[in-house]
Amino acid sequence: MNVILAEGLSGLSGTVMALIASLALGVTSGLLGTYVVLRRESLFGDMLSHAVFPGVVGGFFVSGWMARMGWVESEKNPLVILSCALVAGVLGALVVTVLGYTTRLKQDARLGVVLSVFFAAGIAMFGFGQPAGVNGFLYGQTGAIDATDLVLVLGAAAIVVVSILIFHRPLLVVSFDDGFAHNLGYRVMGLTLMFSVLLTMAVVVAMQAVGVVLVSAMLITPAATAHLMTDRFPRMMMLSVLFTVGAGVIGTLISGTKEGLATGPVIALCATAIFVTAYLFAPRYGLVARFWHDRSQRKRIQRENILKDLYRVLEREGFPAEGASVSAFAAERRLDPGSAERELKMLEGAGDLIRGNGGEKLVLSEEGWGHASRVVRNHRLWELYLTNEAEYQADHVHDDAEIVEHLLGEEAIKRLEEELGFPETDPHGSPIPQPSSTPPQPTS
Amino acid sequence: MIALETHDLTVTYRKRPVLYGIDVAIPEGNLIGIVGPNGAGKSTLIKAVMGVVRSTGGWVKVFGKPVKQSLPRIGYVPQRESIDWEFPVTVMDVALMGTYGKLGPFRWVGEAQRRKAREALERVGMLPYAKRQIGNLSGGQQQRVFLARALAQDSDLYLMDEPFAGVDAATESAIVELLKDLRSKGKTVIVVHHDLQSAREYFDMLLLLNMRVVAFGPTAEVFTTELLQKTYGGRLTILSEMAEKAAREGIGKIHPKNEP
Ligand SMILES: Nc1ncnc2c1ncn2[C@@H]1O[C@H](COP(=O)(O)OP(=O)(O)OP(=O)(O)O)[C@@H](O)[C@H]1O
Ligand SMILES: [Mg+2]
Repeated sequence: MNVILAEGLSGLSGTVMALIASLALGVTSGLLGTYVVLRRESLFGDMLSHAVFPGVVGGFFVSGWMARMGWVESEKNPLVILSCALVAGVLGALVVTVLGYTTRLKQDARLGVVLSVFFAAGIAMFGFGQPAGVNGFLYGQTGAIDATDLVLVLGAAAIVVVSILIFHRPLLVVSFDDGFAHNLGYRVMGLTLMFSVLLTMAVVVAMQAVGVVLVSAMLITPAATAHLMTDRFPRMMMLSVLFTVGAGVIGTLISGTKEGLATGPVIALCATAIFVTAYLFAPRYGLVARFWHDRSQRKRIQRENILKDLYRVLEREGFPAEGASVSAFAAERRLDPGSAERELKMLEGAGDLIRGNGGEKLVLSEEGWGHASRVVRNHRLWELYLTNEAEYQADHVHDDAEIVEHLLGEEAIKRLEEELGFPETDPHGSPIPQPSSTPPQPTS
Repeated sequence: MIALETHDLTVTYRKRPVLYGIDVAIPEGNLIGIVGPNGAGKSTLIKAVMGVVRSTGGWVKVFGKPVKQSLPRIGYVPQRESIDWEFPVTVMDVALMGTYGKLGPFRWVGEAQRRKAREALERVGMLPYAKRQIGNLSGGQQQRVFLARALAQDSDLYLMDEPFAGVDAATESAIVELLKDLRSKGKTVIVVHHDLQSAREYFDMLLLLNMRVVAFGPTAEVFTTELLQKTYGGRLTILSEMAEKAAREGIGKIHPKNEP
C-alpha cells in the first residue's frame, strides 16, 4: 500500500510535496506541542531532537550496508534511517526516565546529560563515514522530501492524530494532575511512555523539515504562542496547530525562493515572528491590548467622574432646566477655566453634554443622564453598603466608593439593592437616584 | 463492612522509612480524621493507599478488594501542591474530570456529565465561577473546585489531604456540612487534618499517625493527652534514626509496633 501511495504521490511537483509535508508536520507538532508546553517538558523535545541524531547517522550506515547486501534498493532508505532515529530517540527518553527513578537528579539535569552525550555520539559517528545527506537532517530541507518521505510523514501524522483522538482525555488529565489520572484508573506510566513515543516520532519526521536542532521551533514556539492567547485547552490546541502549519508553509515557500537557504531556520524565524506578533497583539494578554484596555479604562473612569461632579452641581441647584454654569462646574472639580473647558469638550465629544446659552450653560443629554445617574447611584449605594453591612464609619467610605462605583455591574447592583432593602438615601442623606435618561423629579 | 483495610503497610523513600507496618481497618459510613505532626507520613499513607507511591511491604484493600479494582469507588483530593495554575482549564473543566472515570475512551462528554459537574460545583458554591480559568481563583476557591471534582466522581470512599488548608472559617464549616452529608449517605470520608481542636468536633474516629499508628478508634477514646503527646512528642526520632540506619545498612526492617 505504501508503494502505491508513494507512486501516486510521486506525480506531484516538489513544491507541492514540500507543502503537503509541512502541513502534516504542522498538525503533528502543533498537537503534541500543546501537551509538551503544558507538561513543562519543552526541553524534553529538545533532548529528543538531539538524541535521535546518532540514530540518523547510524541509519545511514545501516541503510548503506543493507543496500550493499542487496536488501534495499537505495543507500538512503528513509524507512531504515527514520526507524533507527526512532530507536535512538526512545532510548534517550528511556535513559532520562530511568535516571529519574534511580537518582535524585531533576529533569533538567537529566535532559542535559542525555542530550549532550547522544548528540556527541552522533557527531563522532558522522566523522567515521561522513555519509552524504546527513546535512539535510541537521538543518532541514523540505525541498528534498520525496514521495517515500512524504508517505512516512503522512503516516506519522495519521498515527498522532488518531492517538490524540482516542486518548485526548487521559492525556489531558495526566498532563494536568497525574495523581488524579491514577485515581481515574488511567495507566500513567503507559500514557507517559506512549506520549514519549509519539513525540519521538513527531521529532523524527519534523527533523527532515527543520533539522534536529530546530525541532523546538515547530514543537514549542507555536504552542507557547497559543498559550499566550487563550485560557481554553481546545482553543490552545487549535491555535497551536494553526501557527505550526502557518510557520511551516510560509517557511517552506520562502526557503524555496533561494538556493541554499535551509528550511529549518526560516521556519523557526517564521514561528518566532508569529510569537512576537501574539506577544504584542494578542487580544487579551498582548501588550497592546493591555495598554488599550488600561487606557480606555482610565478614560471611562475619568468620564464617569466628571459626569458625577456635574450631576452633583445640578443636584445642588435643584436640577434647573436651563442647566448649570461653567464656573460652578469648574469650582466643583477644582479646575482652572482652561482644564474645565477641556473636560467639557471631552463630555461633548462623548455625546453626554449639550451646551446652551452660548456655551455658558451645561445640560446633560439623555445618554449623559443615564451615565451620570448610574455612577452616582453606584457611589451612594456602595457607601451605604459599607456603613450598614460592613460597619465602617460614614467618613471612611467615600474613597473606597470612588473606586468601586466604576466596577459595579448591574447584577452586583441588584444584589446590593436587595440586601439593603431598596434604600432611598445614602449615609450622608443624599438621595440615591435610579438610572434614568431624564433629570430626577424633585422629591417634595 | 470495612471500607479500607491495610495490613503491615510499609513505605520507604530511598531507603528512608516513612511508614512502618500500618494496620488499620476503617469501617464504612464514618467521618475519619488522620492527625499527626508534619512529616508524620499522612500524605504518604493516602498516596500509598491510592497506589500513587509504591509500598515496600504489606497490602491495602478497599471494600474488600485490591485498590486497583476499587479505584472507581475512590475519590481523591490531593494536597494542593503540584498543580500548574496557569494550565488552560476552567473550573467547569476540572469538575468535569470527575466524571471521566465512568466515561469510556470513545465517548464524548455529554449533557449528563455536564449536569453532574454543575451539581458538584453548586454543592461547593463554585457554580458562579464555572467559566473562570483556575488560576484566577483564591486558594480556598481552588480547594473547593478540587472538592467538586471529587464529588462529581460519585465515590463511596473519599480520601482528602488537608481540604481545609487555606480555607476561611465559613467555607470550612460549609465543607464540614458537606462531608457530614456524604456520611449520612453511607459514604466513608477520610480527611487529613491539622487542627486538633476542630478535629475533635468534626470526626467520628481519629487515626493518630506518626510513622506508625499511635492509636485508632472513636474520637472520644483516642483524643487523650497521653496519646496526643505520644503522637506529637519527639520520642520517635531515635526510633526513626535506627530504622533508617537498619535499612541503609541492609540489616532488616525494624517494626516499631512490636516495641514496648
Ligand atoms: N517524594 C519524596 N521523596 C523523599 N522523601 C519524601 C517524599 N515525600 C515525602 N517524603 C518524606 O516522607 C515523610 C512523610 O512525608 P508526608 O508528606 O507523608 O508527611 P505529612 O504527614 O503529610 O506532612 P505534612 O503535615 O507536612 O503534610 C517526610 O519526612 C518527608 O520528608
Ligand atoms: Mg501532607
